[in-house]
Formats: sequence, C-alpha cells, structure tokens
Amino acid sequence: MNILTDPQLWASTISMAVPLALPAIGGTFSERTGVVNIAMEGIMLIGAFFSVAFSYWTNSAWLGLLCGLIMGAVISLVFAWTAIRLAADQVVLGMAVNIFSAGLTAYLLDTIFGYNGTPTTTPSLPTVTIPGLSALPFVGAFFTKQSILMYVMLVIVVVSHWLLFHTTLGLRMRSVGENPLAADTAGLNVARLRYLGVVIGGILSALGGAYLSIGILNGFDVNMTNGRGYIALAAMIFGKWTPLGSFGAALLFGFATALGIQLQGGGVSANLLQMLPYALTIVALAGLVGRSTAPAADGIPYESRR
Amino acid sequence: MKSTLKSITSPIVASLIALIIGGIVVSFNGYNPFVVYGALVTGAFGNAVSLGNTLAGATPLILAGLGVAIAFRAGLFNIGAEGQYWIGATAATLVGYNFTTLPGWLHTLLCLLAAMIAGGIWGGVIPGLAKAYRGAHEVITTMMMSYIGILFGKYLIEEGPMKQPGYIPQSPQISPNAWLTTLIPESLLTTGIFIALIASVAVWFVLFRTTFGFQLRAVGLNQRASRYAGIGVTLFTVLSLGFSGVLAGLAGGVQMLAGDHRLLDSFNSGYGYTAIVVALLARSNPFGVILAGIFFSALGTGGQYMQQVSQVPASLTDVLTGLIVFFVAAERLIPMIRDWFRRRPTKRRRPKSPSTQISREGQTSV
Repeated sequence: MNILTDPQLWASTISMAVPLALPAIGGTFSERTGVVNIAMEGIMLIGAFFSVAFSYWTNSAWLGLLCGLIMGAVISLVFAWTAIRLAADQVVLGMAVNIFSAGLTAYLLDTIFGYNGTPTTTPSLPTVTIPGLSALPFVGAFFTKQSILMYVMLVIVVVSHWLLFHTTLGLRMRSVGENPLAADTAGLNVARLRYLGVVIGGILSALGGAYLSIGILNGFDVNMTNGRGYIALAAMIFGKWTPLGSFGAALLFGFATALGIQLQGGGVSANLLQMLPYALTIVALAGLVGRSTAPAADGIPYESRR
Repeated sequence: MKSTLKSITSPIVASLIALIIGGIVVSFNGYNPFVVYGALVTGAFGNAVSLGNTLAGATPLILAGLGVAIAFRAGLFNIGAEGQYWIGATAATLVGYNFTTLPGWLHTLLCLLAAMIAGGIWGGVIPGLAKAYRGAHEVITTMMMSYIGILFGKYLIEEGPMKQPGYIPQSPQISPNAWLTTLIPESLLTTGIFIALIASVAVWFVLFRTTFGFQLRAVGLNQRASRYAGIGVTLFTVLSLGFSGVLAGLAGGVQMLAGDHRLLDSFNSGYGYTAIVVALLARSNPFGVILAGIFFSALGTGGQYMQQVSQVPASLTDVLTGLIVFFVAAERLIPMIRDWFRRRPTKRRRPKSPSTQISREGQTSV
C-alpha cells in the first residue's frame, strides 16, 4: 500500500486526466446538442501538431496554443457542416476525421520538420507550482510542477458545468439535443446551436492535444494521442454526458493508467489494470451503475421545416 | 442494374476527389503528383512480389471487411474489428503451438476454427447482448472490447501463460505443419487469399440467398417492420455482431498462420480499422469488399515504395483514406453540387413562379 502515498502517483493521475477530461468535456458539448462526435482523437492530434508548429514559427507558446485552437475549430467546423448541413453519418464522419488527421499530422511533421521532428528549442507552456498547497500530503502533488493548462482545465470544468446547466444558452443547447423539433418550433435555431456545440467540442479537444505537445512535452510525435480521444469518449459516457462527470471519470481513468505505470515490474499486471477504464465504460453503458443515456436526439440529423 | 451502377459511382467519385486533393497537397510540398502516384501504383502492382504482397495484405482486410459489412447490413456498426482480429489471432496461436501431433490440414483447420469462435464470442457476447438487452451503443462497446482484447493479448504474451521464456515478449511459435502455403515465392502471399475469396462468396450466398440473410438484412433496413413481421430482432443483433466477430477473428487467425506465425507485441496492425473503411467503400457488398480490400492494401504496399522512391511520407495514404471516407460519408455533396450547377442557368431564364420559390426554400435548411 506504500504506492498510494507516493506523490508521483497522484501527480501522474491529474496529469493524465487533463488530456482525457478536456476532450471529454468537449464531446459533452457536442453530444448534448445532438451531434455524435468520435472525432476527438483526430482533433486532438490537429491541436497538438499545430500548437507545436506555430509555437516554433512564432516563437511563443501562447500564440502557438491559440493557433492550435483555431485549427481545431476549423476542422470541427468542417465536421459540423458535413454532419449538420449534409446530414452525413456522424460516426463515419468522425472516423474520417480521425484517419485524415492522423495522416495529415504525420505527413506534415515529416515534410515540414523533416527527419528530426520538431526542434527541441520550441517554446512550451510554463509549469506552475503553488508553494503553500504543494506541501500537502496527497493533494500536494496536484499543485506541484503541473502545466498551467491543468489549472485551465479545472476552470473549464467549472465553467462548462455552469454554462450547460445554469444558463439559458446551456438549456437551449440541451433542448436541441433532446428534442430538436420542439426546440425548432419554440423558435431556436437548431443548426446554429449544434454548430456551437461541435466547435466548442473541437476547441476543447484541440486544447487537450496541445497539452500533450506544448504542455507537458515540447514536441509532436506521430500519433502521440495514442487513443486518448477514444478513452475520452468513454469518460464522457461514464460521466453521463456531464462536465463534472467527465472530469471525475477522467480522474478515475488517469488513476488507473498511472497506477499501471507505477506498478510496472512488480505486483499486479499493468495490462490488466489498464483494462479497467474500458471495462467500466461497458458496465456504465449496460446500465449497471444507473442509467447512462445519451441525449435523446444524439446522432440524428435534423432538417428544419420552417 | 441502375442501382448497382449508382452504388458504385459514389465510392469511385469519392476516391477520385480524394486522389485529386491528395495530388494538390503533395504539389504544395514540391512533389510532382504524377510521379508520386506512379510510384504508388508501381509499388503495389509493379512485379510479382509486390503483387503478391498486395494480395496478401488484402486477405485480412477482405475477411475483416466482410465481418464489418455483415454488421452494417444488420444496421450495426462493428468498430471493434481490431480487437476481434487480435483475439482470433491469439486463439489461433494458442491452438497453433499446442496439438502439434495432428496432421497438418487438421491442425490448420482447428487453428482457424478457434480463431473464428474466439472472435465470435468477443463480438457477440458482450457487445451483442449489451446492445440487444440494454440498448448499449455497439460503437462504444465494440471499441472498448477491442482495447480490452488487445490488452488481454499483451498480458498473455508479456506476463501470462502464453509467454515464451526469454527476453522478447512473444508467444511460442505455431508449429510449421499448420502454416499456410506460400503461393508466390519471396512474397507474403499464401493460400489465405483463397480463404478470403471463398468467404466472400459464402457471405454473399448467406446474405442474399438464404432466409437467414434476408432476415438479417430486413432487421438492418427497418427494425420495427421486421419485429412486426416476427423476426427476432434481439437474436439477430447478437448473431450479427457474433458473425461479424467470427470473420474478424478468422482474419487474425489467417494472418497468424500465413505471416507472423507467433503472437508479438507489435502485432497491432490497424487492419481492423482499415477493414471498416473497406466495408464502407464497398457499401457492404461482399464482392465490393474484395475490390476495396485490394485497393486499400495497394495503398499500403504502394505507400511504402512511394516513400522510398519519391520521399513522400507513406502517411499520405492515411490522408487519402481519410478523404475517401469523408467524401463517402458526405455523399449528399454530389447531388448538391449537381443541383447547384443545374440551378445557375435557370435562375436567369425561368421567371420566379411561386411553386419553384417554395420548393427552393424547402431545400435550404441552414
């Protein structure tokens, strides 16, 4: 049980949770307005790559981040347009974005930065240590040498929850995902709200990707997201399509992965532990921990008849 | 006939548009698109060995693609083909290095059977039952089972009962008497391609010439009507995902017996995910799957050669694949563009009568 007191474990937990929580919350926004979004993996890669690339070109990590987010927004606009205007199959479309983004980022990495990859002199985002809090026994690790984006994530969790559940805009977004016909009849612009949901989702996913490339590392590797976008999807479902739930699920999944890494070489198998997030998601979907249901109109394209 | 023609044009047009865009992308980076695409074709079909490799690569794509296609026909999205593939390979390997005293053909058969059963269970039991009885979306459940399957396989060869003593995490080798025979020397092509072709015919036959297949397709086309007609939708949900897994597992088994001959940590091949694209492009037609499987395998083998010869990274083929899937999904784009071209001249000539105005407004929704 000594392992549980190791601050490294907790530091890893929250650090691993960030690139899961951000796209999970992004996915929440998208799916709450009724658009199934499995493209988080691809958008994360886009965000990761373009953040590093622009960080290198502009010699500023923050500008790089901004550009990465813009690129994420651009690709999610394309996704949104095709899903909403052309009523394309949203799952197939999400797959297309994932495959395309993986290929494009690998291609651009090679053609623009060449064999050596992104230069190590690329500026990355600062890390923060809060002096008083970092001395605390367990939680202290949460506040020591974490990327500034971790705190951004915490703010986003709170703001997202407030936005979705305590504002009129959030109510409108949710209603569009549950019953677009009723919302349309009540005068809401279904398409515009869905665009908003998907683009917010894209920006948050790109932020999650940027965390990987200029937050905790300072470069881009081919396929560096390594399936995190899909785990984020699972976290969103496990979190019952809410920002707080997604954050909690991301922490849980991050913990399982961090534990697996710490235990490598002794004790319980790391591989078996890493199965935990996936198994939990199936359990959640099968309704064994209370109903985890998607928004009612999730994935169904809507064409306004007005 | 007209509908078959129609259903072929969409994937072909999508592929063409993707190739054109890909050509534009490479020319931005200073490459000559014709040289690049020429290298791609040469790499895939240039000589007997590369042709053999392309066909060998197509084998698992065709088999797994058939699996995904069956699920699509039943209205289900089996995204977990990768995991079922790996589980099938694991099962085949397990049978492969045990039971070594059996005659070759029987041993091969047993390995493949084990692969099919394992894949079927992986697809049918948890995702199938969860969908049928709890409405759990099969996209997520099959994807999760996929990750679990891969991790389970890794566990087995890294620290579990299938680990061969030594430093490299791998399983013991499948005994050579079960291996599939190589067809073209120096290449990877084996009798596995025949298994794939036979499977295509078998799937076509079952889907379009048996009552079972008819019922499966009916469930895919209209669940409510099928239920009303007395078809057991729950049963077919489980069975479709199960059979889908059977074929994906078979793909893994064939690949083990044909190529790798043992389970390695680096087995993660991506075939399962490409198979989804194969089934999409083939529009779930069993014979289309053969063509699409060869096409994507060609992209793979050609891509490697293209990278060597023209310095264009092989990841371009992923870009092309993504674009193709995008344009297949965005298929409404084509009639939309066609209508846009049709509308432009009439805007000037035809007077705006009330009826055309209303119909035009009805179309523009965003």
